Amino acid sequence: MSVRAVIVGAGPAGVRAAQTLVAHGVRPVVVDEALRWGGQIYRQPPPGFTRAKKTLYGFEAGRADAVHSAMAGILDKIDYRPDTLVWSAEGSQLDLLRQGEMSTLPYSHLIVATGATDRVLPFPGWTLPGIYTLGAAQVALKFQGCAIGSRVVFAGTGPLLYLIAYQYAKAGANVAAVLDTASFADKAAAVPAMLGQPALFAKGLYYLGWLRLHGIAVHQSVELTRANGGDRVQAMHWRKAGRDHHIDCDGVGFGYALRPETQLPDLLGCRFRYDKLQRGALPERDVAGRSSVAGVYLAGDGAGIMGADAAEWAGERAALALLADAGKTVDAARAASLEKRLAGVASFRQGLERAFPFPAGWASAAPDELVICRCEEITAGELRRCVADTGAREMNRLKALTRVGMGRCQGRTCGVAAAEILAQACAAQPDAVGRLRGQSPIKPLPFSAMKREAS
Amino acid sequence: MKSMTESGALLHRVAESGRRPVSFVLNGQALTAMAGDTVLTAVLTHSAQLRFSEFSGEPRAGFCMMGACQDCWVATESGQRLRACGTFIEEGMRLVTGAEGPV
Repeated sequence: MSVRAVIVGAGPAGVRAAQTLVAHGVRPVVVDEALRWGGQIYRQPPPGFTRAKKTLYGFEAGRADAVHSAMAGILDKIDYRPDTLVWSAEGSQLDLLRQGEMSTLPYSHLIVATGATDRVLPFPGWTLPGIYTLGAAQVALKFQGCAIGSRVVFAGTGPLLYLIAYQYAKAGANVAAVLDTASFADKAAAVPAMLGQPALFAKGLYYLGWLRLHGIAVHQSVELTRANGGDRVQAMHWRKAGRDHHIDCDGVGFGYALRPETQLPDLLGCRFRYDKLQRGALPERDVAGRSSVAGVYLAGDGAGIMGADAAEWAGERAALALLADAGKTVDAARAASLEKRLAGVASFRQGLERAFPFPAGWASAAPDELVICRCEEITAGELRRCVADTGAREMNRLKALTRVGMGRCQGRTCGVAAAEILAQACAAQPDAVGRLRGQSPIKPLPFSAMKREAS
Repeated sequence: MKSMTESGALLHRVAESGRRPVSFVLNGQALTAMAGDTVLTAVLTHSAQLRFSEFSGEPRAGFCMMGACQDCWVATESGQRLRACGTFIEEGMRLVTGAEGPV
């Protein structure tokens, strides 16, 4: 059969998928929104930047270089389309936008490797200039050589919290404090599950130890209460053991681990299932990465957060599944070994979730005046009033009535928090309130692009 | 509108300082960025906002820096809108960060 393979995303999953297809004689189209391959974790700086990979990626420099080199080695064997947004998908065809020009791209087989963004739970004042996600803080440093402030607080929880604080301090930026909503006891309880991946576990301990050794204050078991400031952030406030604390700062990076980018599988009609560990709906996939829709494969953090190493394995495994489904001969032993590695990461993920648990009390502590949706500036109180007044108990109903998740970001930023508030307001579990449906366009389109297509 | 010097820079350069300078204009004022800066970096190494919220009128300066949150849209003098985190600064670009207060 003739294979028109398309891969969306050129991070670790997309690159390994492309490499695997090329090795089996298939020439895929690789569509990526970024200007250069690598994804977010291995994002490459613009041309002309001079820092070494060891400086940019630390312990991960070897991995980053391997992914970068793998892609560089197949550029003449693929149809690579950087700086290209997939804004919709329907009927075995993707809608693309590249530099203001729209086009369509048909496929017979599609690997979706769209990655993740920070999982955000807001605190009062979070829209002040100077407050960014942890991912943004890392992009500023890696991709632009900038710190998000001259005195930066890192807050929330998750492995990125310590990694980014460490990267900032190493780069000579002033890290004022690390505020972790998880406790030391959470981390201790997670040790047995994490020992399955001792190298990853050791790195996590190393960052924490390094920060402490360098005199950077690390406070655990905190509740983030608010950021203060006029035109920009000036202080971060938190509560610990019943006492209020604050620290002056002009930059805050925060987040609570990651959430997958699932709009594309949603538009393609893939079946979703609530995942208790990740506290949200994920597109279903088999061990090889096949979605519920024939010809659509899912790999990497976009299908469920498993980290960059697992993304490489999942990308390769999904490509092998695609090849087998297209009638090509693939190495069954290799496929089995990848599946085994992925299963190993799944138990490590359980440990991570225990070490950096989702702050389950966040919604009940959120004050009514807290802005949940920063696009449309919808507050927790407005969402709760809507539930009380209309009996809304489902996310898309809440969106229709309040506009939460209807703004430019399509709920990427506020969706998690809005679902938590909704569940709290109607005394339901988060799995009972549904999920925001993906809508086309996945991201805003300029009017000029639409005019051009119409003409 | 408050002056840019009053609010000061939000981002601070800590590396990669040897790049070619690029001239651009922000709210009528001639400024310098570096080749490879995004529009977001070019503006926020001089100023503390990219735009003002159309609802509350409060300043905004981006949030995710990876094209997901759509918080960093900035306007050019000719009325074009750019996503500041995903657009590189170009010589002679003329940007405006908008009027303070609801519009």
